[in-house]
Amino acid sequence: MKQVKVLGPGCARCKTTEEMVRAEAVRLGVDVSVEKITDYEAIAQFGIVSTPGIVIDGKVVHSGGLPKADDLRRWLQA
Amino acid sequence: MRARAVRSPTLRPGSRRVIALGRKLHVMASQAHPLKRSPGMWLGGIAIALILWFALYWQLQPFARWAVAQMQAPQGSAFASSVEFFLYDTPKVLMLLTLVVFAMGVVRSFFSPERTRAILAGKREGLGNIAAAGLGVFTPFCSCSAVPLFVGFVSAGVPLGVTFSFLIAAPMINEVALGLLFALVGWRVALTYLAFGLIIAIVSGWVIGRLHLEGWLEEWVQNIRAGDVDLQPENMSWVDRLEAGLDAVKEIVGKVWYWIIAGIAVGAFIHGYVPAALLSRIMGADAWWSVPAAVLIGIPMYSNAAGVIPIVEALLGKGAAVGTVLAFMMSVIALSLPEMIILRKVLSMKLIAVFVTVVACGILAVGFLFNALFS
Repeated sequence: MKQVKVLGPGCARCKTTEEMVRAEAVRLGVDVSVEKITDYEAIAQFGIVSTPGIVIDGKVVHSGGLPKADDLRRWLQA
Repeated sequence: MRARAVRSPTLRPGSRRVIALGRKLHVMASQAHPLKRSPGMWLGGIAIALILWFALYWQLQPFARWAVAQMQAPQGSAFASSVEFFLYDTPKVLMLLTLVVFAMGVVRSFFSPERTRAILAGKREGLGNIAAAGLGVFTPFCSCSAVPLFVGFVSAGVPLGVTFSFLIAAPMINEVALGLLFALVGWRVALTYLAFGLIIAIVSGWVIGRLHLEGWLEEWVQNIRAGDVDLQPENMSWVDRLEAGLDAVKEIVGKVWYWIIAGIAVGAFIHGYVPAALLSRIMGADAWWSVPAAVLIGIPMYSNAAGVIPIVEALLGKGAAVGTVLAFMMSVIALSLPEMIILRKVLSMKLIAVFVTVVACGILAVGFLFNALFS
């Protein structure tokens, strides 16, 4: 089970990112738990500068803007 | 996330078919992937798009004249000239915007906030302020990222004043506004806007840094120690960068077009109905109080940068002083209430007040200087 965290204060793009992660995980049949982190302090502790960010199993894989579908698949299957 | 739209019982069969069609097209598009990513296709597509763009662009003025001539309004009336301004400027500004945003989207793919931070983290004040202001122009930045960005910079050891130089330059020197000014008003005003915007960001950031206000940050920001990220370096091909340009067009033009139409409507009204004599008395170079008034009016006003430009164009056409108009524009863009509310999460009220005061003084200085130089 992959622990996915989506970092973002709640802007439109952050919500879209979360939906993309869930949809892609369902499509690939990967078991994930997706957690949304909206607290600024918690976001800052991951060291990212722009949101939305994606953290998979404790590792920051993406920051700023919507992720690309190709990349998402790669991260979720890794 | 469930596909809510399809399950919704209120959808008519027709719209279901549209959704299904959209799905099919999407699948086809992703299967056509190798073709879509070929550089030749992209270059050819861009060349054709540019030719069409220019062919269309040169027809806009004749079209607006023709359309106005079809109306029953008397030639040269205030109404006719307003309508002509609107009909000519709307497609013109939208087309220019598309071109500028595409080019900027490609340029911006070379910059990222993470990279900017890495460059600024080792810099001292002074040089750091200059670098921060310059990077602020090109680094992709949206106001909903203002807080993570601020915290990310400060916690990585970027000095407070340098962070402010970035934070002032990023919204104030808007590359879309710059491109539109260049195309609509001329290169002199555009370059002056760029130069003075940079100077304000550099000097304001430097002043804030000299005041040593680190203690006025919210407490959690002072204590935070951000972890290191090492994101894999993105290997972007040219096709990726062109795609980034296209994405920028979809996102930005899709978001700001109504601001622009509202701005053009105001511009058209000014163009047709506001007497030049009145405007040059209120906003002319001789009225010294017009600069502070323009800044004060601009602070609570919030508009997308792109929406202000048609107003700027109309005001300048009516003989308003350049310094006053630029002061108004910068105040509208750089000092926005929504952004301050967002920044309240990391800055104390005192620090926000200092920020607004320093930037407002900078804009005032630019307005006065400009009116003195160009009148």
